[in-house]
Amino acid sequence: MLALFYIFLAVAVSLGIWQVNRLTSYGKVILKNDKNEEVSAIAKLEENPIATEKDNDIHGKLFLAFLVGFYILMGYCLFFLNDIMLPESASIEGENDDNLFLISFVLIGIVQFATQGLLFFFSYKYRGINNRKALFYADSHKLELIWTAIPTIVLTVLIGYGLYTWNTVMDLSEVENPIVVEVYAQQFNWQARYAGADNTLGRGNVRNIEGVNTMGVDLTDVNAADDIPVRELHLPKGRKVVFKFRSQDVLHSAYMPHFRAQMNCVPGMVTEFGFTPKFTTEEMRVQEETVRKVAGINKIRKEKGEDPYEFDYVLLCNKICGASHYNMQMKIIVEDEADFNNWLKQQKTLAEVVK
Amino acid sequence: MSDHHHKETFVTKYIFSQDHKMISKQFLITGIIMGVIGVLMSMLFRLQIAWPDHSFSIVEAFLGSHQTDGIMDPDMYLALVTIHGTIMVFFVLTAGLSGTFSNLLIPLQIGARDMASGFMNMISYWMFFISSVIMVISLFVEAGPASAGWTIYPPLSALPQAIPGSGMGMTLWLVSMAIFVASSLIGSLNYIVTILNLRTKGMKMTRLPLTMWAFFITAIIGVVSFPVLLSAALLLIFDRSFGTSFYLSDIFISGEVLHYQGGSPVLFEHLFWFLGHPEVYIVLLPALGITSEIIATNSRKPIFGYRAMIGSIMAIAFLSTIVWGHHMFISGMNPFLGSVFTFTTLLIAIPSAVKAFNYITTLWKGNLQMNPAMLFSIGLVSTFITGGLTGIVLGDSALDINVHDTYFVVAHFHLVMGVSAIYGMYAGIYHWFPKMYGRMMDKTLGYWHFWITAVAAYGVFFPMHFIGLAGLPRRYYTNTAFPLFDDLSDVNVVITIFALIGGIAQIIFLVNFFMSIYKGKKAEQNPWKSTTLEWTTPVEGIHGNWPGKIPSVERWAYDYSKPGHDVDFVPQNVPLKDGEEES
Repeated sequence: MLALFYIFLAVAVSLGIWQVNRLTSYGKVILKNDKNEEVSAIAKLEENPIATEKDNDIHGKLFLAFLVGFYILMGYCLFFLNDIMLPESASIEGENDDNLFLISFVLIGIVQFATQGLLFFFSYKYRGINNRKALFYADSHKLELIWTAIPTIVLTVLIGYGLYTWNTVMDLSEVENPIVVEVYAQQFNWQARYAGADNTLGRGNVRNIEGVNTMGVDLTDVNAADDIPVRELHLPKGRKVVFKFRSQDVLHSAYMPHFRAQMNCVPGMVTEFGFTPKFTTEEMRVQEETVRKVAGINKIRKEKGEDPYEFDYVLLCNKICGASHYNMQMKIIVEDEADFNNWLKQQKTLAEVVK
Repeated sequence: MSDHHHKETFVTKYIFSQDHKMISKQFLITGIIMGVIGVLMSMLFRLQIAWPDHSFSIVEAFLGSHQTDGIMDPDMYLALVTIHGTIMVFFVLTAGLSGTFSNLLIPLQIGARDMASGFMNMISYWMFFISSVIMVISLFVEAGPASAGWTIYPPLSALPQAIPGSGMGMTLWLVSMAIFVASSLIGSLNYIVTILNLRTKGMKMTRLPLTMWAFFITAIIGVVSFPVLLSAALLLIFDRSFGTSFYLSDIFISGEVLHYQGGSPVLFEHLFWFLGHPEVYIVLLPALGITSEIIATNSRKPIFGYRAMIGSIMAIAFLSTIVWGHHMFISGMNPFLGSVFTFTTLLIAIPSAVKAFNYITTLWKGNLQMNPAMLFSIGLVSTFITGGLTGIVLGDSALDINVHDTYFVVAHFHLVMGVSAIYGMYAGIYHWFPKMYGRMMDKTLGYWHFWITAVAAYGVFFPMHFIGLAGLPRRYYTNTAFPLFDDLSDVNVVITIFALIGGIAQIIFLVNFFMSIYKGKKAEQNPWKSTTLEWTTPVEGIHGNWPGKIPSVERWAYDYSKPGHDVDFVPQNVPLKDGEEES
């Protein structure tokens, strides 16, 4: 790939030299006027700085070629880059999101295809010809009404569906018996804390940070003792998980792309987000889209001589937070509820950790 | 204007000039210099993204102590991203674009001798100059320049413990931006007053060319929203230097608890985006105005739907001030607010669609003159549509959750405001260069410049949508920390190659621009056969603009190919014939 880059660089430089050379050929030209006196002029005289009929023709056709190239690029990205996209949503709430995205993308695609086509086709079709007069066409209320009304109707539908989805995803007020997890961000680590047997998190504040109490949990709070601090996030399949996000230093953003989930972690404030995992990690690994993507990744890793990669859900930081922002991650494991409960039982509670 | 020929010294003519044409050139040249710096930075960090482990001697040469063996430090990567954004958005596309063309065109197109206040105009430029100098100086402080992203969200931007760039570098950034805001406000007030008060006889508001409408509305948005950025910056300075807690609360960093309590970074986000979003239109509207003018002229057709265009500009301007929250859907603000901002945001698509359709209809059955300015204008319409459409995804709060802060966003805003506005700026330069320097730019170089840039721009930003949809966050120093993203590296290499080609291609423009100032062919008075008033002034560009009386305006600005006339354009100062109706 790097070689390709050097070739491009060489082409660009030689093109530049050629053109600069052409430009420096401009110079003083000595001409004679009617009275046979010498007059000097600057620049090449035959050069016409305004587009001629020939220019119009060349560039009109180039626009058409550009359109074809652009269609090819769009098609390539849509179909061939499909393998690198995120697989189907791994949360139930994310399904709505995927649907809405599909609808929006199809709409956008149609409009993009049509308007770019018209734009460049007109640029080609109506390229200037000498002595042709353009059509004097300044206004048409009918046309304008049409293309104000159509986007309005389409957008009303999109807004309606969008707001419905948004409210479904963001409304956590009526969730019954959720699993409450605190996700705690710091430069450049994630920690998490399960609410424990009482399903209520103990209060937290950075002023309580001391020794092993790295998340600043208020140990005098009765709800705190059974909380379970962990460094790896496990989630049960099919149960709604409500996340409470905190940050101890700067803004971070907890991004879980496979679940279509993201929320900022704001110092001094608790933010929340919730979703219901749909596939366990094992199920996701054998899912067709994931298998295809992982195969692509492993092909590249093999070329570089790196260990093969096995799919895992991941939580990553998506708000610029400092030098190691690019490497702030935590593994997420989704498993059946029984396995999840087993795992959780093996973890130490905060009371045990502090002791 | 008692005396147009008073004696000018070198200093009053070229440095402390109060002539709007000279000030516009000063804005342009400063903007170009800042643009070169901004683009160079983007090429450096693109090298890092494509080949994170590769040592580059060019990195070694440019970054000095901020690199090891030709590989840049993560902090420096963030600094480059930050300053690239700041420079391109504010210094190139706000001051360089709006400053240049508002100054050049407002008096010339409305028929005025100069700006309402030449002195304030001069002050506006020199404050911009000082703020540019401070921004450039900030690149050389020991701990590195500001590196919290161009949005400088606290606490990252407030605490040097969090990132070294938030020390002296950030202080200089804030000082520079404060002066910049003052410059922009003085300029905008001047533009508004000039357009309202100094129009020549017959130049009704409904006869103004669309460029004037765009600059007028842009100036109003600037006056409404820039002061809020100044307040945001001042409060941040207080938090940083005087221990207040406007934005900061409950922070534990470097092993100690800081004293801040009760503030909220979300407040800063509100204040920042109250300017930040209108800023997009401050950048874009002038470009659209310029394009309207150039497309009509070179299609030899009136712009389609003049009144609808003005209506769209006004609607966009109004809506732009009530949509800022769409940058904050997942900031932790109340989800109900998210609903409101989704609604207002998606409404903007309607006037934007009207504008795009009107441009396309203007081309229909035209007689297109493919000058370099026209090519860039058509390019602008294309990138404006491509970039604008993805706004429908990002403005929808439910969809934003998963693409927020990914490369999808980077692709979206670079196309819709970055590339589009740059195309508008280039179109304006190619079109009005004869008005600035009395000479023509080279056509062939202009063509090369356009085609390489157009291919490179889509080559860079179109595939970028898809690595964003793959979940890759922006502002990652390298994506090698996640095996999940290993299959995106090839796409990133391709993007970098196009970015380098596009960046290097701008040399063609620079050569063309600076050579043409001295060696370009002498311009005719009205080379593009345009109808607007600026082409009735002498080619030399005299002080006071018109040698005698200012022409009065008799018709609207778009009488191209009007039936009943022999020529295909009728300038604005030509009286209506008997029985001829104004369009």
